[in-house]
Amino acid sequence: MNTLAHGEASSYRSFLESGDRKGILAWILSTDHKRIGILYLACMVSLFFVAVIIGVLMRIEQLSTSHHIFPPAIYNAFFTVHGVIMIFMFVLPGASAVFGNFFLPIMIGARDVSFPRLNLMSWYFFVVGALVVIASLFTGDGPPDAGWTFYVPFSLRTGTNIPLGVFGVFLLGFSSILTGINFITTVHRMRAPGMTWHHMPLFVWATYATAWVQVLATPIIGVTLLLIIAERIFGIGVFDPAKGGDPVLYQHLFWIYSHPAVYIMILPAMGAITEVIPTFAHRTIFGYRAIAYSSIGIAGLGSLVWGHHMFTSGMGNAANLMFSLFTFLVAVPSAIKVFNWTSTLYKGSIEVKPPMLFALTFVFLFSIGGLTGLIQGALNVNVHLHDTYWIVGHFHYVMFGGTGMGFFAALLHWFPKMFGKMYNEKVAAISWFPIFIGFNMLYGGMLVLGYLGMPRRYYTHLPQYSTGHLIASIGGFIMAIGLVLFFANLVVALFKGKKAESNPWGGVTLEWHTPSPPPLENFEEIPVMKGRPYIFNPETAK
Amino acid sequence: MSTAPAHAHPVHKDYQGAKFGMWLFLFTEILLFGGLFLLYSIYRSMYPIDFHNGGKHLNVIIGVANTVILLTSSLTVAVAITAIQKGNKKLTLACLGVTIVFALMFLANKYIEWSAEIRHGIYPNGPELLKMPNGEKIFYGLYYSMTGLHGLHVLAGIIALLITLDFVRRDKITGTDFNKLENVGLYWHLVDVIWIFLLPLLYLAA
Repeated sequence: MNTLAHGEASSYRSFLESGDRKGILAWILSTDHKRIGILYLACMVSLFFVAVIIGVLMRIEQLSTSHHIFPPAIYNAFFTVHGVIMIFMFVLPGASAVFGNFFLPIMIGARDVSFPRLNLMSWYFFVVGALVVIASLFTGDGPPDAGWTFYVPFSLRTGTNIPLGVFGVFLLGFSSILTGINFITTVHRMRAPGMTWHHMPLFVWATYATAWVQVLATPIIGVTLLLIIAERIFGIGVFDPAKGGDPVLYQHLFWIYSHPAVYIMILPAMGAITEVIPTFAHRTIFGYRAIAYSSIGIAGLGSLVWGHHMFTSGMGNAANLMFSLFTFLVAVPSAIKVFNWTSTLYKGSIEVKPPMLFALTFVFLFSIGGLTGLIQGALNVNVHLHDTYWIVGHFHYVMFGGTGMGFFAALLHWFPKMFGKMYNEKVAAISWFPIFIGFNMLYGGMLVLGYLGMPRRYYTHLPQYSTGHLIASIGGFIMAIGLVLFFANLVVALFKGKKAESNPWGGVTLEWHTPSPPPLENFEEIPVMKGRPYIFNPETAK
Repeated sequence: MSTAPAHAHPVHKDYQGAKFGMWLFLFTEILLFGGLFLLYSIYRSMYPIDFHNGGKHLNVIIGVANTVILLTSSLTVAVAITAIQKGNKKLTLACLGVTIVFALMFLANKYIEWSAEIRHGIYPNGPELLKMPNGEKIFYGLYYSMTGLHGLHVLAGIIALLITLDFVRRDKITGTDFNKLENVGLYWHLVDVIWIFLLPLLYLAA
């Protein structure tokens, strides 16, 4: 242990029992970063299940080519809303808003974030944004149907309720910017004595890199979305080809944000994995600096690859070539992380408890996601794969197999700390089986379907794809059962779980030096870091 | 507080941190407008002649007048910050008041200018604009988007200045604790700086 030991005072009172308000007000008016993290968690898990249900409905529609349960227009709304909720309300803020809020201040030895009230305001922007998007489904002339990318000119021409939906996404983006500003300032200004940059846990590094991308990239989509609204409501001509606009320019602006956004989604999950793996391998992380800097490298290089979404848009060979090159380069820092995680396991004493199970799943599925990304990053192959299920499969391997599994691993890892309750480890491990099997049937199936030529976003399919769709749908249902089991287990634990110890997994970073759940101000005394993090065995450490 | 923690810690005030956060926020504002500047530069290179013609229709006198107004208002904000540091509350209040008046004058000019253009049928989907070549439609699309977004920022600035004014009045901002005023000042300067770029790009494009 390289931090100041602290006594668990008998007067200790957890943050859940502190505060001068009762009931719901204790939550929605609290500026405590821990409560705000849990507020995000509650919202996100609810929204996640809404989107899961929509996903299941889409898989039901694809079961048959002759019987259509949903008309095409509804199917278009389904994939739009599934995408918007999953992307903008779950994976994008996901690990950063929930675990970043809860653990970033604790891990750097601070009592809160730099701007606690701004933090609460970000959550309100998130909630209002989410409500506005949901309202857009039931008001106006039907739910948005332009896909989560809102490509022009379709998003300008379609009669559905695009402006309100887009405005909701704008608010979500604003929430993301404010959180980013808060986290960057917190890391710069609030670190405990001795918490130098290279003494910071790697989750903090990842969240820090993410925060920069949030701050630098999100305004671009902000203004792009505002322009869509202006075009729809006032008829201002900026992207509309009928008024001389260039739709490809819209795609550029959209992806200038939305590709870096992919790294906003994956980086905090990678950071969480980097906490889980050494803890359950009981071994110091391999290549601390490589992992820390590769986060920054991903954030930087990830901002230069947006064009790979547009290889078939006709933006020109020179641009295609450069974007393809950078796409291959961005694989390097990602691979550095994978190799470092693997090396950390080498000669560790590995305990495959539920968080570790999901962390290892992350590494496996993310590797498939990353490697399929390289395949479609090649220009000639991309022409064939563009807009097929291959892309959908790849995307879900990275976003769900990566961010989703990372989120689950982090949730299992930190759940005892956040709530002071222990969940049933056996049930958590059992829920992994349907999730893993179903996942690979569903998205692995999509990869194959896409390679065979199944286009994405079609409400039905040709008979030759029926077997593939059947396998994918069955996988989807199996996975949904696993997800229900996974979260039901945690909900039961909230109410009936055994009391959790302060350090159930033998972790060494600062959050494990506080009681479970932590007290209102995290630390009695601000701790002093005396060395690197991840020293599991002080005797053998250099 | 009935359930105050055992060790109540002093309120955390980190001025440098607050200013750091403000600069980050200003950075995001620049990027927000950056998207529009990017569009402007690309469309201008696509339609150089139409942009030239579009710029000819704009009222340079109002544009320059507004520039003078905003620049002067930046000065009054700066004076307000110096005044509060020297403990001169009255001057601070006066300067903030003048800044708000300047900001309102700016918006009034904007109103006059937009009204004139709308009367001439030059507005989105307006009869005159639809007759113009595509490049001019884009030029006016950008003109309305950029000045409109900037106008919204002026409006937000007025609200921020009013709140600051009230804080000074109630001694929440004082000679030793003027961080909020400084940050609002920074924001106001940004609004000014963005306008300085809008003037040549739109009004002097001809």
